[in-house]
Amino acid sequence: MPKLYDLAHCRAGDKGNTSILSVIAYRDEDYPTLARALTVDAVRAHLAGIVHGEIRRFELPHLSALQFVCEGALAGGVTTSLAMDAHGKTLSYALLAMEI
Amino acid sequence: MRSLRIGSGAGFSGDRLDAAVELAQRGELDWLALECLAERTIALAQLRRRKDEGSGYDPQLHRRMHALLPIVTRSGTRLITNMGAANPLAAGRAVIEIARALRLDITVAVVSGDDVLAQLDDRLPAMESGVALAHYAPIVSANAYLGVDAILPAIATGADVIITGRVADPSLFVAPILHHFGWRADDWDHVAHATSIGHLLECAGQLCGGYFADPGRKDVPDMARLGFPFADVHDGAPAVLGKVDGTGGCITLATAKEQLLYEVTDPFGYVTPDVIADFSRVELRAIGPDRVSVAGAKASGRPERLKVSVGYVAGFIGEGEIAYAGPNALARAELAARIIRERVQDRFEELRIDLIGASSLHGRALDPYARSYEVRLRVAARAQTAEQAAVVGEEVEALYTNGPAGGGGARRNVVEQVGIVSALIARDQVTPSVTVLDTVTHAEAV
Repeated sequence: MPKLYDLAHCRAGDKGNTSILSVIAYRDEDYPTLARALTVDAVRAHLAGIVHGEIRRFELPHLSALQFVCEGALAGGVTTSLAMDAHGKTLSYALLAMEI
Repeated sequence: MRSLRIGSGAGFSGDRLDAAVELAQRGELDWLALECLAERTIALAQLRRRKDEGSGYDPQLHRRMHALLPIVTRSGTRLITNMGAANPLAAGRAVIEIARALRLDITVAVVSGDDVLAQLDDRLPAMESGVALAHYAPIVSANAYLGVDAILPAIATGADVIITGRVADPSLFVAPILHHFGWRADDWDHVAHATSIGHLLECAGQLCGGYFADPGRKDVPDMARLGFPFADVHDGAPAVLGKVDGTGGCITLATAKEQLLYEVTDPFGYVTPDVIADFSRVELRAIGPDRVSVAGAKASGRPERLKVSVGYVAGFIGEGEIAYAGPNALARAELAARIIRERVQDRFEELRIDLIGASSLHGRALDPYARSYEVRLRVAARAQTAEQAAVVGEEVEALYTNGPAGGGGARRNVVEQVGIVSALIARDQVTPSVTVLDTVTHAEAV
């Protein structure tokens, strides 16, 4: 099965206890595939144990991109978390490991 | 109307100075913006100011200004920065002192008024939890995110250097753009356009392939000499993102898309003090080597209230680490984890044990069979005092003679924690002001 990593690049950002994952298709023609495969449920299942709150998905066909706003993903929030990667910067590659 | 070129010379407090110097020297800039304030920086700066009333601004201010002031004064580039942090006026005075030492004649305009600690109502709910701010005691800082309406009067003084405390990061770019073109602060589409440019530039190197490279997949040339970006802003035409020829890195559609969406919790409604901007229909076009044009951000208004970032003392975090390698490394690290847990878990409310190289970042679910040659045990716990936090490192170090075989490279440290929560306050609760300082008369006019 192809991995998301083969079709898209991703960057993680943070706000409080929320991780923001931008998924951007390398090729515009792959955007519909991403939009079909990366449902909120599929992403929630893939990131089980990492994201504990609600996930919102924004569709950005203009940019061939999807934006996932994942609440409860940063062990309480950047400024007080005991986690190694308090900002969740590495979560972009956790998502890219997803099989689609 | 002549176009405007604005450059980005820092994306965080500790950012590279060599790239900023190269951009200032060779970028032919009208404006250079330095964004140096992370969410927590200002609270830490406020703690420093409590100990020394003349401090509380960015510790890199002296180094940056010594390097950049001679260049920007020669080229007529105006400089704007939030390096004022918790003490913008002291930062302004420090810039004047540096300029005098360098025999440069400049004026500095300082934007104050973001510090709202004195008038903060601690019954307000924290946006993150809904719990009243009073719960997060002791509060050490409260700074409102100011926007262009606070910065524009400082720019209008004609000062060479603008120093602010907490302002929204894009506003450092939006204010010079509005001023240059005479766009009004309620000309929403123009403010949204300027905000999209500011957002693309505010992390400096990240637009130029920094935080982007992935060998064989997303290759970025000459990263060691990664350049910092600028934007050429035009009236009635798309802005063009670029960087100085010959610097490292690259500006492509892909780097621009990653940066446009970076940390945006709602691409249809990106909120700053200046605007609620819709980035969903932004047009990015690659129009040449390291040149991407940007247009199409829209807006119909700005938020009624301002966001306030509230810092509070959150105790101490103690950490300890020790490494295992070779045959059965993971099992020995796991044994060490069990030993530590049994020895200290009753003494800490919140204890975390990670196996670096196996499961410290994403747990085990995504790669359950991973076996690394080396594994590093990391223990972290929160404590009320530094002494108690130090116990974590002491116990990890004790694994040398009281733990599994072959542990090495133990390290420990204790860090004071400042937590941050946010709240919303009415705009009329905030009263920004501008103070102008100059090297010649040493007068300070408000």
